[in-house]
Amino acid sequence: MDPSGLLHSVQGYMYPNEVELQWSILIVLYPFITGLVAGAFILASLERVFNVAAVKPTYRLALLTALAFLIVAPLPLQLHLGHPERSFEMYLTPHTSSAMAMFGFVYLWYLMVVLVLEIWLDYRKDIVLLARASRGAKRRLYRVLALGSDNISEASLRIDERVGHFLTIIGIPSAFLLHGYVGFIFGSVKANPWWSTPLMPVVFLFSAIVSGIALVMLMYMAIRFLKGREIDMPCVDTIARYFFYAFIIDFALEMLDLIHRIYEADESFQSLDFMVHTRLYVSQIVVQLGIGTLLPLAILALTQLVRLSVAARKGAYVLAGGLTLVGIFAMRWNVVIGGQLFSKSFLGYTTYKMAFATREGLLPAIALLVLPFLILWGLLALLPPWPEEDTPEITRPQAAA
Amino acid sequence: MSVDRRQFLSSTGKYLIVTAATAKVIESFLSGAVPEPAAYAAAGHWWAMALDIEKCIGCGNCVRACKAENDVPLEAEFFRTWVERYHVRDADIEHPDVDSPNGGYDGFPDKYAKSDGARTFFVPKICNHCAHSPCVQVCPVGATFVSPDGVVLVDKTYCLGCRYCVQACPYGCRYIDPRTHTVDKCNLCYHRITKGLLPACVENCPTGARMIGDLKNPKDPIHAFLRDHKVQVLKPQMATGSKAFYNGLDGSVR
Repeated sequence: MDPSGLLHSVQGYMYPNEVELQWSILIVLYPFITGLVAGAFILASLERVFNVAAVKPTYRLALLTALAFLIVAPLPLQLHLGHPERSFEMYLTPHTSSAMAMFGFVYLWYLMVVLVLEIWLDYRKDIVLLARASRGAKRRLYRVLALGSDNISEASLRIDERVGHFLTIIGIPSAFLLHGYVGFIFGSVKANPWWSTPLMPVVFLFSAIVSGIALVMLMYMAIRFLKGREIDMPCVDTIARYFFYAFIIDFALEMLDLIHRIYEADESFQSLDFMVHTRLYVSQIVVQLGIGTLLPLAILALTQLVRLSVAARKGAYVLAGGLTLVGIFAMRWNVVIGGQLFSKSFLGYTTYKMAFATREGLLPAIALLVLPFLILWGLLALLPPWPEEDTPEITRPQAAA
Repeated sequence: MSVDRRQFLSSTGKYLIVTAATAKVIESFLSGAVPEPAAYAAAGHWWAMALDIEKCIGCGNCVRACKAENDVPLEAEFFRTWVERYHVRDADIEHPDVDSPNGGYDGFPDKYAKSDGARTFFVPKICNHCAHSPCVQVCPVGATFVSPDGVVLVDKTYCLGCRYCVQACPYGCRYIDPRTHTVDKCNLCYHRITKGLLPACVENCPTGARMIGDLKNPKDPIHAFLRDHKVQVLKPQMATGSKAFYNGLDGSVR
């Protein structure tokens, strides 16, 4: 009996229980989304901790982007669980030897202690001023957001600044923890040679930084364009430079992993090599390596080496950023789905059949990728990142003072 | 011979007790009742399996018995135990032909000519009940655990259905039950072994290719099996403390 028809797609021999894939496209989204969170936060910390003043226009946008995506990050996991109603048990009775059991704690720490607190501290003055300047329900909303604080004296703002600075400093290792941990989830599975490498957390981390920087850069350019406002080119040029550097490290790490595997050629190599040349060829070689890594790297290198016009640079950054996001998504796909296409007997291969309008199908996956942008749109309306342009009513009296 | 009153009372008492006990045993035997086993003390046992590849004939009795006993879904993607057929040509142990049609549930149709110069044999597979089990290690809530008697068990009322354990098992022994959305696997017929019975697969193997043994019981025949055969575990490089010991395990088996 084979009601799912999966057995027909098996080539060679698989252990019978392996025929059906365990982790679907939703689990591909999980590292992709948390990667964007970690990367966006690292970009924000460039300005705050490393004093790269040029990227300041994207500081708040990066934090809000990280928050929007972090809110969505656990949703694909919840949708995937056989018993989502039991997931809270991970907080109540965590199994200490399980990497996965740490997810809830790492997530909560990052969400509440790092991101929400840092955003609140950075926006506190704006929130108080917005509460003072607005009327009715809007006023009440901002008063709630201000959590009762109304003091925006120089001294209190200095405290905000100092605490915020400290939070960013602990935020960087936290962002590393958040995404390095996701890499560890895969890298520590010794049963699966496609995943099991100590490089996995590091590769995940650098690809996260790359994808987060690319996303915030694109969001910044898109929002400025849609609002009909000037794009701060020194800012975007600086982001593109860090984007390029991070990408080189990421590429070097991935190549190190690849060369190591090819040269060592252990018992799993023939099987994995076959897979990369067949079932993963398009997503791994064409999309991830070709148009998702080499092409954007070449474009970014061009912008660094040749003096291009502003319009050409904008086009190059948009193209490189977009391709990179596609490439990093393909990388997550190749890790998660690719790691389940071959048998642990190294004798056969199965196929991932993605459904459409099911709980773990393509439709909820698309919805989960759109959702953070809707949340971000709401956050940007609530907490304008460029108050001097968006809410002159609260910045004007300051300027006059 | 003189019997004093003390001796008389003592021996009569003994006779009465022995007679009553004997009568009880005979009565119980005649009534067909199973004698009450001594209360099962998990910590007093350490279960392992011995599998003899040289005795396995690929009849599939074990697979059928397991599915019936443990209510395993009948689809070809869900097995607590299954049987593989290996066909190895000469020295080519890195590329064996392996099949397991419906997990061996229906036996194996003839596929290979007898004189093709290759060696063909059957390998019964089952949860290895590892002492250092990767599946237990990764479970985020401890729903899967090693019992004090060395059996890897699953608490279905606690399992989240995250499937991390399925990924972590190097032997492909776990599946998600589509009816409960929780993980399932061989539990060595825990409901049977704790009552002094054999697991269904062992009970139904016509050739004695499967044996369960208590490593903590010095009189258990498994010790003789382990002493008299050159045994091996699957994927020893995984270092999982596997307790499924194979006799006659070919180097091509994985």
